[in-house]
Amino acid sequence: MSFPISGAHISPIYLAVVGFLIGILGGFFGVGGSFIAGPALRAVGLDWNFAVGTDLAHIVGKSVVAAKRHRALGNVDLKLGFYMAIGTIAGAEVGAQLIQMLKRAGNVNLVVSVVSIAVYLSISTFMLWESRKSLAAKRKGGSPRERGGGKAKSDYSAFRHVTRGFQRLKIWPIIKLPTSGVKISLWMILLVAFVGGLFSGFLGGGAGYIRMPSMVYVLGVPTHLAVGTDLFEIIISASYGTFTHALKGNVDILIALVMNTGAAIGAQIGAISTQYFTGPKIRLAFVPLPLIGAAIVIYTLLTGHKP
Amino acid sequence: MRKETSATLKAFALELCIYAVLVVAYFFLVLHFLGDGLHKLEIRHRYTYAGLSIVLIIGQAVLLENVTTLLLRMIRRRSE
Repeated sequence: MSFPISGAHISPIYLAVVGFLIGILGGFFGVGGSFIAGPALRAVGLDWNFAVGTDLAHIVGKSVVAAKRHRALGNVDLKLGFYMAIGTIAGAEVGAQLIQMLKRAGNVNLVVSVVSIAVYLSISTFMLWESRKSLAAKRKGGSPRERGGGKAKSDYSAFRHVTRGFQRLKIWPIIKLPTSGVKISLWMILLVAFVGGLFSGFLGGGAGYIRMPSMVYVLGVPTHLAVGTDLFEIIISASYGTFTHALKGNVDILIALVMNTGAAIGAQIGAISTQYFTGPKIRLAFVPLPLIGAAIVIYTLLTGHKP
Repeated sequence: MRKETSATLKAFALELCIYAVLVVAYFFLVLHFLGDGLHKLEIRHRYTYAGLSIVLIIGQAVLLENVTTLLLRMIRRRSE
């Protein structure tokens, strides 16, 4: 099928299948999935600039579907999502400026690659350790909270003592988030969102692989709510990204709409599936995602071209 | 409990089927009626194109889900 805006010839079935797979991941983990979508679009010959912009557009659609479903399940904290969006957009702008500075210095590829590999590996290793420890505590049958009370949505984190430390920081203004059951300084929320946005602007993509774990471990948001709220936040930040990329001529909306036919269905399946898993199990299943991102960067670094 | 889960899954599968038909139809409608127009907009009026892109992609998600819900209600009413 020919797409006149980007001038690409791509099978719509391929786009729908890629969208479907990313949709499931997005709905279940609350990530945009650009680490798969970008290379998948590039693999069929789409120019890199179109791959980035079009991917963002499809992420908006998929996130709307998944966030709506999560909201119906009570997994979205709108107040937190709005605060996060402010920090993310600010961070993304700073990250983009940082990239420009590195480009001028002439060593952008190596720095970005090394930083991203280190970040991806750290997240995976930490989440593997934490989720396994949490699941072991649950199996041993500690407190009712540790056992999770048999409820799928129950959450317990082996890192909770550090999270409580972050929540105890009394830096004005303190924000109450009744939906998440969290009371924390606004600055902590903005910092988490800013760092996520910074990596988004610096490494590309939506950086959900950083934001979702940060919401759980730093802010203390239950995993199901972190997934739903991250998706809601992605709608705002990815819409902003889509708009700016469209102005630069980097968005083929027809490709995004085809991808979204699969992604919208996958996102619904992913979102519903979270109901059948506890927080630590979702976090354990999350572990391979940053590793896939790291593998793609290592491949790029070794071969010298983006997959 | 199993009966309940099975009924929920059946309802969800039906909803997905209706939704899938609608999203595919939506894409072909956009391609047929707006395909050329979007291409021209992308070249000549980037701001309008950027705004319309977001409306189209969010519209696909919001509008179609509402239509799906409406259709499901109608189907349930008929079956009752």
